[in-house]
Order: sequence, then structure tokens, then C-alpha cells
Amino acid sequence: MLYDIFIDPFVQMYDMPDFFLQVLWEGFVAGILYALIALGFVLIFKASGVFNFAQGIMVVFAALTLVGFHENGVPAYMALVLTVFVMGILAYGVERIVMRPLVNQPEIILLMATIGLTYFLVGFGEFVFGGEPKQMITEELGLPTGSTAFEIGERGLIILQHIDIAAAVIAVIMVTALGIFFNKTRIGRALRAVADDHQAALSVGISLNQIWAIVWFAAGLVALATGIMWGARSDVSFALEIVAFKALPVLILGGFTSIPGAIVGGLIIGFGEKIGELYWGGLVGGGVESWLAYIIALVFLLFRPQGLFGERIIERI
Amino acid sequence: MFYREAGQFKTSYKADQALFPILQDRIGMAVILIIAFVVIPAFANDFFLTSIMIPFLVFALAAIGLNILTGYCGQLSLGTGAFMGVGAYAAYKLTSIFPDANVIVMVLVSGVFSAAIGAVFGLPSLRIKGLYLAVTTLAAQFFLEWCFIRIPWLYNYNASGAIEVPRREMFGFIVTGAEALPITRYFVVLCITAGIAYLMANVLRGRIGRSWMMIRDMDIAAELMGVRPLRTKLMAFAVSSYICGVAGAMMVFFWLNAAEPSSYSIRLSFQILFMVILGGLGSLGGAFMGAAFIWILPVLLKFVPGLLGIDIAAETVEHATFMIVGALIIFFLIAEPHGFARLWQIAKQKLRVWPFPY
Amino acid sequence: MRDFKQLAIGAAVAVGVGLTGVMAPAAQAQDSNYVPLLTYRTGPYAGSGIHIANGMHDYLKMLNERDGGIGGVKLELEECETGYNAQKGVECYEATKGKGALVYNPYSTGITLQLIPKASVDKIPVLSMGYGLSAAADGNVFPWVFNVPDTYWDGASVVIKYIGQQEGGLENLKGKKIGYIFLDAGYGREPIPLLEQLAEKYGFELLQYAVPGAEMQNQSSQWLNVRRDRPDYMVMWGWGAMNPTAIKEAVKIRFPMDKFIGVWWSAGDDDAAAGGDGAKGYKAMNFSGVGSDFPALADIQEHVIDAGLSSTDAASVGGTLYNRGVLNSVIIAEGIRTAQELTGKKVITGEDMRMGLEALDLDEARLEELGLKGFAHPMKVTCEDHAGSHPVFIQQWNGEKWQQASDWIEPMTDLVRPLLEAAAKEYAEKNAPWPARTEPCPN
Repeated sequence: MLYDIFIDPFVQMYDMPDFFLQVLWEGFVAGILYALIALGFVLIFKASGVFNFAQGIMVVFAALTLVGFHENGVPAYMALVLTVFVMGILAYGVERIVMRPLVNQPEIILLMATIGLTYFLVGFGEFVFGGEPKQMITEELGLPTGSTAFEIGERGLIILQHIDIAAAVIAVIMVTALGIFFNKTRIGRALRAVADDHQAALSVGISLNQIWAIVWFAAGLVALATGIMWGARSDVSFALEIVAFKALPVLILGGFTSIPGAIVGGLIIGFGEKIGELYWGGLVGGGVESWLAYIIALVFLLFRPQGLFGERIIERI
Repeated sequence: MFYREAGQFKTSYKADQALFPILQDRIGMAVILIIAFVVIPAFANDFFLTSIMIPFLVFALAAIGLNILTGYCGQLSLGTGAFMGVGAYAAYKLTSIFPDANVIVMVLVSGVFSAAIGAVFGLPSLRIKGLYLAVTTLAAQFFLEWCFIRIPWLYNYNASGAIEVPRREMFGFIVTGAEALPITRYFVVLCITAGIAYLMANVLRGRIGRSWMMIRDMDIAAELMGVRPLRTKLMAFAVSSYICGVAGAMMVFFWLNAAEPSSYSIRLSFQILFMVILGGLGSLGGAFMGAAFIWILPVLLKFVPGLLGIDIAAETVEHATFMIVGALIIFFLIAEPHGFARLWQIAKQKLRVWPFPY
Repeated sequence: MRDFKQLAIGAAVAVGVGLTGVMAPAAQAQDSNYVPLLTYRTGPYAGSGIHIANGMHDYLKMLNERDGGIGGVKLELEECETGYNAQKGVECYEATKGKGALVYNPYSTGITLQLIPKASVDKIPVLSMGYGLSAAADGNVFPWVFNVPDTYWDGASVVIKYIGQQEGGLENLKGKKIGYIFLDAGYGREPIPLLEQLAEKYGFELLQYAVPGAEMQNQSSQWLNVRRDRPDYMVMWGWGAMNPTAIKEAVKIRFPMDKFIGVWWSAGDDDAAAGGDGAKGYKAMNFSGVGSDFPALADIQEHVIDAGLSSTDAASVGGTLYNRGVLNSVIIAEGIRTAQELTGKKVITGEDMRMGLEALDLDEARLEELGLKGFAHPMKVTCEDHAGSHPVFIQQWNGEKWQQASDWIEPMTDLVRPLLEAAAKEYAEKNAPWPARTEPCPN
């Protein structure tokens, strides 16, 4: 028993290094994808203190819209542009109809409102696009398909999916772009000001409403990118919404307010989950992935209650 | 005018401390109880009992459970579904180990197991707060759900992987199983829910309830004033999980008849959380109103197109229901973030001063 | 306060309208046979559910349009959306049972389990065609439940038999590794005892890969495990969004697709198509016809789809799951017809329907009469055996559509039947007092 827990997994890792590398790669890709979903949460939480539960359904909605346009004969890139436009409308609508009247409410009420939004979008999405799973238009968008295999030694083999590489590249570009946007542009600075202190930001003439609409739009774009990547890996269907729960441990690990935290958290969860499942999961019958991420996050959290990169919680009376 | 309490003098501490100090409240409560115990059983058809009233009462009880934790003690939990599942599986195991014991006792005892598990998962709450805690309760949700599937002992090694409720009798009435009449099941559920609600109403206004509310409002201040956070929070977790566990056991024993692990999924947790928030955090009456809104409204909405003579596909109704419920949730949160309980208070105030609003 | 008033009025109207609906006595139609269809076109399993719902609906609708119903009596169809959700399933059942429902097809293992004990009380049979509780095949214990043509255990034995055929005999399975990837719920777990028994008997190694419901679209770990273990064959018990994801992952790890075999619920056209070119060669069991080249399907096309009476996309007619839905409705229709013949009544009840289903005998000649020659294996229900362990065939995906890839393969009845009876007995014991069979046998 002790041998199985403490020694055997490492022996396995040593024996099949190619497989270990593959596991790491899969963990990396999964981590990137979790991080992308988490990124959407962080953007909105940072700027408005709203824990946006609807991020998961926004991922589905964006992907469905994209595929839906394409199915109706819109060329792929045109569909992409139109989807961006739709996400813009959604962002504006959410800000105008949901967020604005709820300014200054406790966070749990805002959380609930986003869950209400989730219900609405599920119904609306199924109403418009139907419940059938759809195929992501990977090739039409010019994203690479297929895979490259590296042979190592006699029977070692590592298979890299091109789409996964693309996902990693897109994630890096996205984070960089967001970083530049936040740090170098005027709106970005306004965003950070709002994140720091709503009232102070208001008093120096920053429009909260405008900022929130922008943030939701940015989260919508992140959702679209996530939707394309997840959709390419499986299918575009409403079941994908559940995958978004995976972003939650990532969030608490990285802290709700930190973009680098989302990335690092995503990677920790991605690696931890895959290695845990493949080398230790068998001991309890496998399928531990559904909760392992939460346990990892919980353990980290017991030592740092605000997450790895979160702002320190200072309590005053 | 309708709700005027002027002239109702209290002459003893006992009268002043009564659960319903105002006469109108007492009358209202009596009317509700008469409707619940007499009018509904007399006039309702089976569909109304099995698909509306029984689930409504079960959900109301679960909402009370969550309300204690979230509304009164301020600890946000997303693991309600799993705690309900613990109750269901515990009750199932108990009835199969003690086949001759009274099934209602078993249902009530099963809550003890979910209370214990709830307290264990409540431990991190000492260090982790707010939304972070909510996400950690998700760990309980997913882990327990996994256990329901992976520990065959829990479902007696059934090939189907589900728990099925056997037939049990009590005082000559069949209370569980397929042959149990809806009316019998309704009375059992009603009595348990009403009993626990009454009990909690008294606990909440006593010392324990007050210490929970102190923790909710400001835990550091409460600690300085001598409320022990460890004990208080864990007790809230345990009591809340106990009630949720009983609700979960009732859900399978008196309503669904058989349950798969997926019956106690994260969706159930959200369902209950909705009821609590829409009903009003920190209000027992709100739990009932929230449960009524979230459960009964979609059921009723299904009938609307048929009655209006519009022929639309079943799935379109479903989509519309989702949209309407989602939109209404947002609408109500905007209209009254403190839930139906607050709406009722406002209404009460209006009635009190009517017809001379000031 | 304007909001408040509007709110109150709106809520009152909605509740009022709804309540009248609830309280209104169920209109019992005297001149039609009422068949509720519990379907799901929403939720995570909609991808599979929609095609089945369409198939079931369209065939019965076609009978109404073409023949004026069955035996001169129209069928009254009503779909109730369950979303594959146990709560809504029970609600649908309660809402429809009072209207004289003849039979229920829950299309969900969870809902089936809930309905099984109720069936004998409410006297409405449950037809779970190729799913649900395998043990229900024992008609002596479960007179009200029908799971023709096959149980999951039949299916599992066919897969092993087929793999044996591929290897040149069951004895060659010795030392082979067979992987089993399944949806981690009662549905996917049910075949495991039989597979383990077979593994012991034939000396192959059974490797299990569970896919939790919440992780359906995130299977990379399971397939990494598959890659490490290098099984010779993979068998899948998946449903909904799990299927396309699994096929994609299998393509990704370059698993030989012709050694990857799904159960009949993993045989959807969309499922296989998701894998793209790489999915070519994927196999699945099936017991309902391949393609749309049947006169009855042409009638559906003519009377229902072209007439705009259905939401079915014409291209999906002939798909595996659509045809599965059609077969389900064929069994319902034949059950009603048989019941009418047995009782001499035109408008029948649930009890008559039970007799009709128990006396079901769908032979070659009848299938041809129905315009469905070769659509299904002839099937027969007896009072003892409500599943019948009928033969199943293997179909293969050629990149564009399914093609039959094997003859009809008989399940290992000798192994399955004792298991079924033992399981039925165990169910009855666990749910004691389980009612003993008193229903007459029509055969």
C-alpha cells in the first residue's frame, strides 16, 4: 500500500518518460484552457466585484453563435466578426439591464443575478440554436488540425495536437494583449482605477457604466476564444457549461483578482489533476479528476486564505 | 388598518416573547395551517399533491437548512445537494439495515450522518471566508457525489447503481414505496417540515440563533464578545446539514422513490440556493416563498400554453421556462434584493397604514 | 411602487392560469389512444435525445396521418420534456398518467428506475427499449416492464463475442486486454459484473475507465490511461456529449478505430462524425436499421416531414438514433395493435397495453408488412422473458455514414439469463414486499 502511494508512481514516471512528458503536456493544455475560463471570471471580478457565474454559459453561447452563423452560410471569418459583435451587444445588455440596477448590492446578490443570467442564456441559446451538439468550425477558421508525433527512443512517442499548441499560443497572446491593455492604455488605467476603488474612480470622472460594459465585452471575447478551443477538443454543446466549474478551483487558487494568478492557478490545477489522476487515481478507482482540483485548491487555501496572488484580506472592526 | 397592532397590549414577558406576538400573524398562521392540513388534502388531486406540494415542502425544508447556514450564519455554501444526498443514502442504508424500524424515525436519524459530514466540511470555514468558502464547499459537493457512485456499499451493491425505496408501513398506512398514497406521503412531509420549521423558529430567536447572526454580521466582533467561532460555525454547519439531510432523505423516500447520484448534483445545490436568495436571506417564511417560486412557477408555466390554446412544442416551453425563470430571478433581485420576505414586510407595512400612507 | 403593482398582477395572472390547468380534471379522450412521450430536447444529453424524440414522434404521427391511427383509432401524442432530469421525469409522469397513458418510454435510466415500482401500482407498462434495469427482463418479477430487444448484459456479451470472432475464436482472447470506457453512472456500471465474469472465463484482462458525468467533455486523462495501458480493444458505454468527445480523444491518441466498439447508445451519426476522417472505422452495436431505405421511412418523409408536421431535419431521417426512435414507436404501435386484437377493444387501457406488449411478436412477415423489412431482427416477447436477448449486429462508420459490418450476433443467453434472474430476485428481495405476479399471461 505504502509502496503504491509513495514509490510506484515515481517508478512509473521514470520507466516511461515519454508518457510522463505527454501527461505533462496534457496537463499544460488543460491548465491553459482552465486558465482561459478563469481569466474571464477575473476580468469581471476585478473591475466590478461580481463573481460572474455566467462565464461558463457565455463560453457556450459564444461558440454556439459562431457555429450558428457559419451554419447559416456566413463565411467563417465574417461569423467571427459577427460573434464579436453579438458578444458586444450581450455585454452592453448585461451592463444596462442587470448590472447597473444592482450597483452596490452585496456580492451574493450579484452572484445570484449572474446565475439568473445563466438560466436565461441556457434557455435563449437552446431556443435559438437548438440543443444538438455542433461541430466547431476549426478548419474554416484557419486553425490547425492534425498532430505531430515525436518518437523518442525505441517505442517512446509524444503526440502534440496542433490545436492544443494553437490554444497555448492564443492564450499567451490574449494574456499579453490584456496586460498591455490594462497597463498602457487610458481605458486600461481607468479599469484598474475602478478595480482599486469604485468611489475614488467615480470622483475623478471615470464612467463606471462604460468600464463595466468594456469589461464584460472583454470577458465575452475571452469566452469566445475559450469556446473555440474547447469546442475543437470536444463538441459545442450545453454540456460544456459544466466544464466551466473547473475554473473555480483555479480561481480560488490564483485569487479572484489576479490575472497572473489565473494563469498560474490554471497550470497548477492542470498539472496536478492530470498527474494525480494518472499516477495516483487508480488507487481509488480513478475518476478523481472531478474533485481533485478542489482539494488541491482547498489545501493551498488553508495556508493562504486569499489565494496565491490575491490581495491580502485585512479585517477591521 | 388590516394589520393594525395598536391596542394589542402585552401584559407578561411570556406574551411579549411569543413566537407570533401580533394577533393578525396568529390568524394568518392558523389559516395557512388549516389550508395545509385540511383544505389541500380535501380538494387537491394527485398531481397537485405529488408534483407540487410534496416537492415544494421538501425544497422548503432544504431551503430552511441552507438558510440557517447562509442566511443566519453568513457562510455561503454550494454543497447543499451533496448534503441532501448524504441524508438520502444514510436513510436508505438505515432502512435496509433495520427493515422493521419506523421509516420516519430513520429519515430523521439519517440527518445525523449528514450533520457529521457537514461539520467536517465546515472546518475550513474557520480560515476561509466568503466566496472562497463557497468554492471550497464545491469540493464537498463533487467529492461526495463521487462517493455516491464509487462506494457500492452505499447503494447495497445494486446493479443499477441507484437507491430504490422499499415499501414501509406505519400504523397500517403505507408511507413509502410506490403504493403509498400521495395523501399519506403529503401528510408525512408536511408534518416533518412544519415540525422542523417550528423548532428552528424557536432556535433562531434564542441564544444559538443570535450567536449565528453575530458571526454573520461581524465575526471578529462576535469573537471579542465571547462567541466562540469554531463552535458556532460548526454548529451552524451541522444543524444546516442535518436539515438538508432530512430533506434529501424525504426527497427520495416520499417524492422520487428512486435516486441516482445525479439527483443530488450541483444543480440541486443551485436550485436550493436560488430559493434561499429569492425568498430572502435570514427568513424562514422566505424559504417557503422561495421554494414556491422556484419549484411551482416552472410547473405551472408548462400548463399556460395548453390552456391558452397555443400549440407549441414541449421543448419550446422548456426553453421559454428557462428564459422566464432566469429573467424573473434577475428582475426580482433588482426589484427587491432582500427577497420575498422583504416584499412581504413591505406589504405588511402598507396594510398597516392603509388607507393613509405617509 | 408601480413595479410592485405590476408584479403582483402579473404573478397573480400567471399563477391563476397555471392553477386552473393543474386543477382542471384531466380530459379523458374516449375516441383515441393516448401515448405520452417523455423526451428530452434540452440539457446535456439533448444531442442524443433529439433524434430519438423525432423518430418516436414521427412514426406515430405518420400512422395517424397515413392510416388514421391504429385499428381506426387515432393516437393522441403528447411530448413532455424531461431534460434527462429525474425531478422533471416524475413530474411528467404524474402530469400525464391521469390522461389514460398507455405506456411510458423514459429514455433515462434514472427515470426508468423511478417508474418501475409505480408501473404495477398505476397499471401502466414501462417500455425501456434496450436500456433501464437489465433485471426487468424477468417477466415473472417485472410483469409491467419491457426492455426488448436486449439488455445491457446481452450487449456486453455480444461485444465480447464479436471481439472473439475478430480474433478467430473466443479462446484467443486469452491474454488480451480489453478496455471498457463508460459513463460513471448506473448505466455505465451495469455491464461490469458480466464483463468481469467473461474476463475470468476467457482469460482476458478488463481495464476500466470511468468518465464522470460532469467530465464528459474532458476525457483526456482517461485516454492517456488508455494510451499507457495499450488495450487491444476498447468498448464504450457512453451517452450524450460523452460519445463525440471519446471518439475525438481516441482519434487523438491514434487508437485503431476498428478496435473501438460502442454500445447501441454510442452509435449516433453525430457522435461518429465529430471524429472527422480519423473516426473512420469506428464500430458500434445496433439493433435498428441502418439508413433510410425503407418504405415506412419514406412514408414518414411524405406524410409527416414534407407535410410540415414535425421539427425533424430531413437529413437526419435514417440516422441510427432516429431509426432507434422509430423502432421504439413500432414496438408501441404493435403493442397497441396486439392489445386491440386480444381484447377486441379499440380504445385500450394500460392493462390491455401490457398484454399487448407481452404478446408482441414482430416476425419477418409483419416487419415486411410494416414496410420495415430488415429494419430490425424479428422480436418476440414472452411472459418469462421481457427482453428476449435478440441478436445484435455491428455497424461501422465509413467516414460519412454507418454501414452494417457483421451479421446478427446472438448474445450469450446461457450466461446472461441466470444473471438476469438472479438480479431480478435480488431486486425483489431488496424491495420486499415486492408484489408477486398476478397478471395473466396472454400467450
